[in-house]
Amino acid sequence: MRGYPRSDGRKGIRNVIVVAYLVECAHHVAREIALPFRRDGVHVIGFPGCYPNGYADDMMRRLCTHPNVGGAMLVSLGCESFDKSGLLAHVRASERPAHLAVIQEVGGTAKAIAEGQAWVETTLAGLRDTPAVEMGVDELVVGTICGGSDATSGLTANPAMGRAFDFLIADGGAGIFEETGELIGCEHYMADRAVTPDLADEIIRCVGKAGDYYQTMGHASISPGNADGGLTTIEEKSMGAYAKSGSSPISGLLKPGDLPPAGGLYLLDMVPDGEPRFGYPSMNDNQEVAELIACGAQVVLFSTGRGSVVGSAVSPVIKVCANPDTYKRMAGDMDVDAGRILDGKASLDDVGREIYDLIQAVGRGQQTCSEALGHQEFILTYKSFEPIGPSCLPLAS
Amino acid sequence: MDDLDPRLLLISPADNIAVLRANARAGEVLRIGDKRYQLGMSAGYGHKIAVRPIAEGEKVLKYGAPIGSATRDIAVGDYVHIHNMQSDYIPTYTIDGENAYLKQRRAG
Repeated sequence: MRGYPRSDGRKGIRNVIVVAYLVECAHHVAREIALPFRRDGVHVIGFPGCYPNGYADDMMRRLCTHPNVGGAMLVSLGCESFDKSGLLAHVRASERPAHLAVIQEVGGTAKAIAEGQAWVETTLAGLRDTPAVEMGVDELVVGTICGGSDATSGLTANPAMGRAFDFLIADGGAGIFEETGELIGCEHYMADRAVTPDLADEIIRCVGKAGDYYQTMGHASISPGNADGGLTTIEEKSMGAYAKSGSSPISGLLKPGDLPPAGGLYLLDMVPDGEPRFGYPSMNDNQEVAELIACGAQVVLFSTGRGSVVGSAVSPVIKVCANPDTYKRMAGDMDVDAGRILDGKASLDDVGREIYDLIQAVGRGQQTCSEALGHQEFILTYKSFEPIGPSCLPLAS
Repeated sequence: MDDLDPRLLLISPADNIAVLRANARAGEVLRIGDKRYQLGMSAGYGHKIAVRPIAEGEKVLKYGAPIGSATRDIAVGDYVHIHNMQSDYIPTYTIDGENAYLKQRRAG
């Protein structure tokens, strides 16, 4: 693979500019700045809230200095509470080009758009000369998520992605899986895979927290429709989601924005700490994708049965289609046809190997379907977390 | 379980059930090991068939992990679902009348 080296030692497989709005009131200006360059690797991200939130600050700092990001254009209205000068200083300290346009100071919408577009154009030209260097699989962080799931997800795409994770981790890479609310029922089995007993306790606690949170939100864990689809118990449904993790030992527990300290398999706890305050743990799949990316994922594997079409800003999303009928209907959106396993035309190992090879091809610059189609979804909302405890990353030096 | 009907998918070698790769009708014959078994009832793709005998109270294994326990003895070739296994955590609600919770709600 080829990577863009960054000052913190990580490498990116893309070299995008993010145009980041720091409140919804600056979203339109950010979108207009990016519009002429949207096929040139200029992505819009941002936080819509006007009130301060530590989680949003951390997420924006992580995303603006993600290894796939070569520069950041920050767009502020001016009177919002976001720590814009702190974010600007943080990005500049990472030796990336960064610029802040404050709409109220530069004189309104049109002037802010013109100033932003001029900066992006100049910076894009500069980024074309960024030297790319050799990059190993052991420098990769890969996230995994499922969305638009059906009965096939846990049979084909998820276990095949688990096989790909096994190959990745054996070669020294890092893999992150999440959706702790859909891991209810397999926490003890997961805990058995933890590298230390203290980490095992943390995993059991974090799935218990997810169970409590979802109950407060009124989520049903398993529905009659699941049973019709052949899922008999909550454990079985959870195991289908859990199959994404493969069979490697679990090296640590992360929260959004925590970076894996080394290769290995990590569980991302995306359910907020404390009493439920801001609604659903994650309002949709893309919030979880953004969190995986904030944890350093340069690529995200996304399994879908019913046929999700989303991609993401910042990092490429590889779509693994679980259902052979969905694949036939939506082949243009799908990078991998894992439904072949159901048809008996391929084994889990075959598709796992194909996914692993594709991760590396994407790392050499090959576009994923969602990238080629221009998907750049992004969402960030309010959450709150306590920092992880020392037993969550037992192998960190 | 090396010798398995191609219509069945064994996810982990430790599993005592396999899943159907395609919809199967009652009466269809499935090969498991060197024996043939007639399916007692129709089952859709994704549903489970026992590939090893599972005694009452024994764990049902899928993905190499327990997904619940058998509520009666299950023979090789049997269809495995809510009629012969249950969660070790919380009950599964169904809409086929076997479920007391939904029955009560309909009556209410």
